[in-house]
Amino acid sequence: MTEFNELSRQFQVSDLVEQRADLHFITASKEHAVAVVSALKERYGYTHLVFFTVVDHLEKNEFHLTYMLHNYEKHHDMGVVVKIARENVQMESIHHLWPAAATYQQEMREMYGVEFPGSPGLYENFALEGWEDIPPMRRDFDTKEYSDKTYYPRPGRESHDPREYMKENLYPSEAETW
Amino acid sequence: MVKEKENSKFPPLVDGKSRYDLSSGKYLRVWQGPQHPGITGNMSLELTICGDEIIDCKTHVGYLHRGFEKLMERRKYIQCFPVVCRICVPEPDFNEYLFAACTEELAGIQIPEQAEWIRTLNLEMARLTSFLMWIGGQAGSFGMGTIGQWTVTLRDYMLDLFEELTGGRIYHMYMLPGGVRADFPPGWINKLLDTLKTVEKTLDDVELAMMHNAVFKMRAKGLGIITPDMVDKYGITGPNARAAGVKRDIRKDSPYLVYDKLDFDVVTGTKSDAYGRCEVRIREMYQSIDLIRQIVEKMPKEGPFFTKLPNVLHWRIPAGHTYKRAECTRGEYGFYVQSDGSDKPRRTYVRGPSYTHAVALMEHLAIRTNIADTAGLMVSLHTYPPEIER
Amino acid sequence: MSDNMNDMDQMQLFNDQGRLLNAGLPDEEKALFCDAAPQVDAPYRGIWEKFLNWARSESLWILGFGTGCGAIELRPLMTSRYDMYQYGVQPRPTPRQAGLFIIGGYASVKTMKRIVRSYEQMQGPKFVLGLGSCTVNGGMYWDSYNTINRLDHYIPVDVYIAGCMPRPEALLAGINELKKLIKDGKGENANKYAENFEWYKGNQKKIIKDWNMPDYNW
Repeated sequence: MTEFNELSRQFQVSDLVEQRADLHFITASKEHAVAVVSALKERYGYTHLVFFTVVDHLEKNEFHLTYMLHNYEKHHDMGVVVKIARENVQMESIHHLWPAAATYQQEMREMYGVEFPGSPGLYENFALEGWEDIPPMRRDFDTKEYSDKTYYPRPGRESHDPREYMKENLYPSEAETW
Repeated sequence: MVKEKENSKFPPLVDGKSRYDLSSGKYLRVWQGPQHPGITGNMSLELTICGDEIIDCKTHVGYLHRGFEKLMERRKYIQCFPVVCRICVPEPDFNEYLFAACTEELAGIQIPEQAEWIRTLNLEMARLTSFLMWIGGQAGSFGMGTIGQWTVTLRDYMLDLFEELTGGRIYHMYMLPGGVRADFPPGWINKLLDTLKTVEKTLDDVELAMMHNAVFKMRAKGLGIITPDMVDKYGITGPNARAAGVKRDIRKDSPYLVYDKLDFDVVTGTKSDAYGRCEVRIREMYQSIDLIRQIVEKMPKEGPFFTKLPNVLHWRIPAGHTYKRAECTRGEYGFYVQSDGSDKPRRTYVRGPSYTHAVALMEHLAIRTNIADTAGLMVSLHTYPPEIER
Repeated sequence: MSDNMNDMDQMQLFNDQGRLLNAGLPDEEKALFCDAAPQVDAPYRGIWEKFLNWARSESLWILGFGTGCGAIELRPLMTSRYDMYQYGVQPRPTPRQAGLFIIGGYASVKTMKRIVRSYEQMQGPKFVLGLGSCTVNGGMYWDSYNTINRLDHYIPVDVYIAGCMPRPEALLAGINELKKLIKDGKGENANKYAENFEWYKGNQKKIIKDWNMPDYNW
């Protein structure tokens, strides 16, 4: 990809992965991520911010920030993945490139605890109100345990591991083969 | 686009935001929603008004947050299907299709051709159904309750078709990895074509009653104008962008399923105000009807609709991540799925078009409109809160 | 009801004079709200109460607050196919005019706060209809961190309609069931709310962490 070659000369980008003909993923360093995203926007025509989100890799102690950009001329998607450590996460804001990005950043601050200094309305409530626990979308937050503790489950509800339950009770003979 | 008024009583605008002092007594802050019949779904607007004109608007969402993305981390792939369709209530099929398509791409499953046609048919029906619901809301928000009485009933006839095909009225859980769950019941196609005739006939009436109504014209024209340069800035997609003359349609640009085999043009308008968006959507409804007829005509009559797959409860999807998008009624609907090689998705991100339309764009467009028009403006952006907060 | 009674021992709801503390409000706003707890309304005697119950059951006005996805089935119900107006049911825009609160599905904590306030603002006699499985036991979202599992822990519920989502016919059946209850004089659950006020408040305050509203909203 020409964009990738040109970008890699200038910025710290690596790991070009072709998922489909119209979808590529690249990895950028934390310092250069916003520069890479703005270069893609201003220079290469990736003008549409599709989404901006985080994936929590708890076992590697990393957050993977994912910017997904779309080029309307070439009908091509570019995912920029930024790997950052999980503690005291701070990232540069991109609301100056897309005003709509402020909403994504507000949600990420609430759901993952990722801070974007300078982003408008960052500390306002987005989906939650009066939340006191750790940010709920982090993988070390157990939603079932929290729900059991807080919302009085109605007695009588049973849950099974579907694989074991089907093997034992529903289809004892054919569970492994079907 | 904000009209600048000479020596106006309104506070000055800086970067599209009003500068005002609430304690001066000139301005009033009111809440609209969540308990308000004019609000689509369940969200609220915090409006600062001067007289009855809005000078500042803040959207509050999150009343419908259920933590879908977290719940899906706890569920096996097949268990996610009953969950994903509940993200967007009026057209659940897009969630099912996109999650199934992402899973298929990661697992490397090919689906039979017949299944692709049936999926396309299903998605187009979902679009038509959702539009029928929307048009009732749009007319109702401008005080024409009769049109809602017509179209919501028509939507119900479409739901009957869905029920016969999939077994579910609202939530279908019809598209699974590998294809679709069932073939057409006998005689269903004829029923579908009959219903389409009824829909088309009523749609003519709706268009006459709505688009030529003097009150509707006066209230909707010039309300919430989206200019083409705002489209990229705010991430606007779908009919909202097309009405501004931006020719973008995912079905045409990056075709999925069998849209490349169908013959249709991208509907564009000239001016994206509430009236123009309404016009584009009505033309897209006719387009959907036409596409459904084409699909029925062109699709193969026989063939398998499901690939036999190993036990779904044993699935381990290979590690990887992908993004799929589809053109739903409101714009670009997308799913980002990341798998770590286990039996549960590591991360699913749902990109709903309302996310940008209802928050950043609405806050911009509401400024200097009348308080009575906010409901009409919200509906004309066609937002559904459940997909914003998920 | 007794299993959670110990939770609210720590919470103080009333002051020495038996007035509500309204502890969540700032001092300057306390005077704006009433500090009296709800009271039990005794029924009238004999035929008069029967007549009133008949009148109440035949004019159920719904509060137009679709709290969840169940609200989508209210629109077919309102329009010409199912036509709920023939049963004397119609939507109203404000809690002050409404007598029936349909909780349309799951209630997230943020919505629960508004549900409590809207419910308390409704004028008695008032009835609650829980729509969908998620109001019964959490339904699809039984393990979600943001949705409640049992609606009857927070406000009294007259009729539950199970299903995800219940069809409009099921809704009509539920409404007719509620009418029967009201005609038999069993539908007055606002009294239950007044009788177990402290228990309901304790449960509500347990999940709504930022309680910045009056304890009871007339």
